[in-house]
Amino acid sequence: MGQGPSQHDAEIRRLAEARAAEPGSLLPILHSIQDRLGYVPEAAVPIVAEALNLSRAEVHGVVTFYHFFRTEPPGKQTVYLCRAEACQSMGSRTLEEYARKKLGVDFHGTTSDGRFSLEPVYCLGNCACSPAVMVDETVYGRVTPERLDEILAPHS
Amino acid sequence: MTVTKVFIPCDTTARSLGADDVAVAIAAVAKKRGIDVDIVRNGSRGLYWLEPLVEVVLDGVRVAYGPVAASDVPSLFDAKFLTGGAHALALGPTEKIDYLAKQTRLTFARVGIVDPLSLDDYRANGGYRGLANALNMTGEQIVAAVTDSGLRGRGGAAFPTGIKWKTVLGAPAEQKYVVCNADEGDSGTFADRMIMESDPFVLIEGMTIAGVAVGATKGFVYIRAEYPQAVRTMRAAIETAKAAGFLGAGILGSKHAFDLEVREAAGAYICGEETSLLESLEGKRGMVRYRPPLPAMKGLFGKPTIINNVMSLASVPVILDKGADFYKNFGSGRSRGTLTIQLTGNIKRGGLIEIAFGVPLREILYDFGGGSATGRPIRAVQSGGPLGAYMHPSQFDTVFDYEKFAAVGAMVGHGGLVVFDDTVDMAEQARFAMEFCAIESCGKCTPCRIGSVRGVEVIDRIRSGENATANLVLLRELCDTMISGSLCALGGMAPFPVMSVLNHFPEALSPRVGDPEKVHRVTEIA
Repeated sequence: MGQGPSQHDAEIRRLAEARAAEPGSLLPILHSIQDRLGYVPEAAVPIVAEALNLSRAEVHGVVTFYHFFRTEPPGKQTVYLCRAEACQSMGSRTLEEYARKKLGVDFHGTTSDGRFSLEPVYCLGNCACSPAVMVDETVYGRVTPERLDEILAPHS
Repeated sequence: MTVTKVFIPCDTTARSLGADDVAVAIAAVAKKRGIDVDIVRNGSRGLYWLEPLVEVVLDGVRVAYGPVAASDVPSLFDAKFLTGGAHALALGPTEKIDYLAKQTRLTFARVGIVDPLSLDDYRANGGYRGLANALNMTGEQIVAAVTDSGLRGRGGAAFPTGIKWKTVLGAPAEQKYVVCNADEGDSGTFADRMIMESDPFVLIEGMTIAGVAVGATKGFVYIRAEYPQAVRTMRAAIETAKAAGFLGAGILGSKHAFDLEVREAAGAYICGEETSLLESLEGKRGMVRYRPPLPAMKGLFGKPTIINNVMSLASVPVILDKGADFYKNFGSGRSRGTLTIQLTGNIKRGGLIEIAFGVPLREILYDFGGGSATGRPIRAVQSGGPLGAYMHPSQFDTVFDYEKFAAVGAMVGHGGLVVFDDTVDMAEQARFAMEFCAIESCGKCTPCRIGSVRGVEVIDRIRSGENATANLVLLRELCDTMISGSLCALGGMAPFPVMSVLNHFPEALSPRVGDPEKVHRVTEIA
């Protein structure tokens, strides 16, 4: 299947060094790593730390503080389900239950076939047309369980 | 052959309802029928219940059709919609639609009208006139105009924008910064997203004016990762502005320099708090800072920094264009100008309503919103995001005014309203306020970090009938502790929705048997 994290070392170093001179560049660097690899592997921590002259603890602290950064490879598609109040008012709790059952995973989990990761999100800014779901970077409004089936069908 | 312009929004919400499919269908049918159309992907008018809203121009007036599904497109062509033909989805002139006609669009003047990335459109519709005026003024004069306009922070805290600017202006430093807080995390809000997706130049212009005013040469827009389209649009607009001399060295031939960079957030709600946002921009965990020093004195990288919300900065160009008095003449009491209300949740006609302060909540909910989407009675409205109180129908006559909302224990905040019908379980909503605080706490102070976890537990005990009376007393004490003992608004205000449930919906948290759904859910996760 995939390559081991160590095979990404050179790529990670290149991404880290490319922006190392910019002030406060840790988040942009982590974003660039995640954009490239889909996640921020543990092996990235010492490389990024060295490039920015930070301790490993500081980099680890930042990676784990922010919900958006993943430390495990995601599924082929990431399904972000909004759990915030506007979506709650239009039935997102039911949708949430349905999505967990359908995919057979809890939040932050990835289906055993590696197709989908399920992530909670607290607001996609689509609140006038709730409930909202984002698949990778595509947002869907007024999502019912039936609509979720349709949305995920082409990817299944 | 004449080319007909067709406007189809590219805004996230419009796209979430199929606007892209509509655009594809219109292009395909036009081609098949040999009709030449020029599809413009404008922003959204904010009449979200009518999206995807397609517009054509008829004798210089935009007329609308909506909500359009891709399957409606052939019949629209059959009805000759390109020349305003009659159709079941025809809505007439867009600006005569009641919902829009009753608004006062100052900050949102161009939103939904222009092609977001057309600098020509922007300038043809009043853009960059504010900056042109600012370049002929001293820093003191610009700051005075912003102060005199009465503009207060639209992010939620409502602090006078001009006072922040004045502090930065008076702080001597070789390097100063302008930071835009575009980490719009409150549920029920999307005004910042709309500005960034639909009229990005207005934010660039507002930030440039801020930089010119206080002598800051570098700006950052900190945008949430949940808004990928806003990130892309802002980045593209910044490149366009740079290429045209509106950013960079010697702006419009003046001695002023100003550069702008987009930085993407990473999903931490707390980073909407200004000091943790600055930490995040510096590449650290988003931990709240102690104040003082104020960011205006020691902000980003320890330098004097203007940090304002998108809506505050996007309101500056119109103030500099039309004058402080023009802006100040709208409003009520000490709340001047316009508020962009975002009407969301269980509501028939959800959308963006920019209107002068002073309008009653009831008018927004029923005249604009048309009541709940489900047709059931409205039971509660959460105003001002996840840290705002749930307002009871008995409070619906409160008028939009920072002080008047505060007087009834509610908050205008960023202008978000989330509507719930009478099927809502208010105890569940109270629990969620604490749960959300526990998930999003930065962990710096104990009342927030531990208090929110205890809050969830105490509410669960009350709901399952365990020592309910004593636990209700405990819950109030816990709320008091969090309010008084937290460093920032997250821990300090998360109790507000909880207390509003205790005060206005007391039956929700009275002793009763456990919620079977809850028990079911817990078992399932395990």
